[in-house]
Amino acid sequence: MPDPMIVFDRVSKNFGDLSVLRDISLTVSAGEVISLIGPSGSGKSTLLRCVNHLERIESGSITVDGELIGYRRVGNLAHELPEKLIARQRARIAMVFQNFNLFGHRTALENVMEAPVHVLGIPRREAEEQAIQLLTRVGLSDKLHNYPRMLSGGQQQRVAIARALAMKPKVILFDEPTSALDPELVGEVLDVMRDLASDGMTMMVVTHEMSFAREVCHRIAFMEGGRIVECGKPAEVLDSPAFERTRAFLSRVQ
Amino acid sequence: MSIATQDDRVSSDQPDEPMLTYVPARAWGTRAAAVLLSLAVVYFLVSIGGNPNFGWPVVGQYLFDARILSGLSLTVWLTLVTMAIGVVLGTIFAVMAMSGNTVIATVANTYIWFFRGTPVLVQLIFWYNLGALFPEFSIGIPFTSWGVSVPTNTLISPITAAVLGLGLNEGAYMSEIIRSGLLAVDPGQRQAATSLGMTARKALWRIVLPQAMPVIIPPTGNQTIGMLKTSSLVSVISLSDLLYSAQTIYSRTFQTIPLLIVACLWYLLATTILSWLQSRIERHFARSRNAST
Repeated sequence: MPDPMIVFDRVSKNFGDLSVLRDISLTVSAGEVISLIGPSGSGKSTLLRCVNHLERIESGSITVDGELIGYRRVGNLAHELPEKLIARQRARIAMVFQNFNLFGHRTALENVMEAPVHVLGIPRREAEEQAIQLLTRVGLSDKLHNYPRMLSGGQQQRVAIARALAMKPKVILFDEPTSALDPELVGEVLDVMRDLASDGMTMMVVTHEMSFAREVCHRIAFMEGGRIVECGKPAEVLDSPAFERTRAFLSRVQ
Repeated sequence: MSIATQDDRVSSDQPDEPMLTYVPARAWGTRAAAVLLSLAVVYFLVSIGGNPNFGWPVVGQYLFDARILSGLSLTVWLTLVTMAIGVVLGTIFAVMAMSGNTVIATVANTYIWFFRGTPVLVQLIFWYNLGALFPEFSIGIPFTSWGVSVPTNTLISPITAAVLGLGLNEGAYMSEIIRSGLLAVDPGQRQAATSLGMTARKALWRIVLPQAMPVIIPPTGNQTIGMLKTSSLVSVISLSDLLYSAQTIYSRTFQTIPLLIVACLWYLLATTILSWLQSRIERHFARSRNAST
């Protein structure tokens, strides 16, 4: 039985009157790849953004590698951590965005080096060596000195993945990593993700790529209305969903 | 197949058709306007250069006059110092104005409202006369007896009044320019920086501000060139800047026009240098946009 890496325990969150996450409990094991699927507005991205405290949760708790995220527990009170400590937690929880969000004023190499040097305090030369290795790994050794606007969407997203890996993260959160890509560029990004998965990286992936979810993910969680409706092996959820709502969603996307 | 054969037939059917030579349209109207303009410019220059009333020899005589040059150095010094203060204050107040805390944002917006809403001339006179409002300037812990106090008039010299007045006023304008620059950066940049473990301050300095620069620099260059001339207002608190030095000379020699021309030539030179600097800085910050593979 592998160790639990991310544990959601009865997590709830509201935006004003709208409750976006309702009583979510889920355990992601170390080395597991889990994808979150579901209609837009179902809370998938919000759930992901709670893992690195980009969004606050109202009740319940989230731990990553045994560490309570965003708060310090004193008896039954959870005090929100000061910014510096939250930043330290985030440094080991990488996130890959739908719109890449590469730093526009930095080259591919500098994008990957930025946080190791200025957050972790790794010497420049060492960070550069590591960045070159990572960019080579995602197949971009010939684009080191290109600025993001000179790269295709697929190349930008691969740089973003290299940038995430440079922090030696415990988990990587992918927020619709291929949704902004032209169809012919989706494959190159999924290939890199597949490679990470086989390397044993713990990954949570919000996606609409059902074939990727089926092939690469260990489990799929279907969300609707802020709840996890069902969660299980890809074949179970995709081929013989237990709930009518899952079936309805799948018939619309597949 | 059928298309290919059709193409073959078309080209072979007309083997002797000569190739066309294209002749671009001539813009006769534009050319005529350019000729007329050149004539007008030559006439204008000749009528100014040849007019003895402009007193060109007097211009030459005073162009490098010690008083003019010291006025010029004060003008340039004031411009650079007050712009530096303006940029620093502007950045602080721009960040404050965008704060989620109502009190902090309100203080910043009130500062901007007040200093943009009152004439800078009045602000200069106000700072110069601060001693009349607060005769003593003291530093200490409020409501205790500990502290040091000095007469305000020994602290506020004309030069400090000028720097305070122009700097605080400029800070209000700069904060709006910097705020617009910060707003122009995609919020995703800040999110990416945050998720990589940067604090808000580090994200601002390393990620957001550098990308706001292309938006901030052109209007800042504008403000600097404006300040070069706005700084001439300090003559009301008896500081001898470039314009005031010229005025001091012509009030005795009555050579008003030549001395104003002397001042203008120096203003033009300073503006030219500043514009050149601006374009250099713009190019530096635009390199991520223009660089080619």
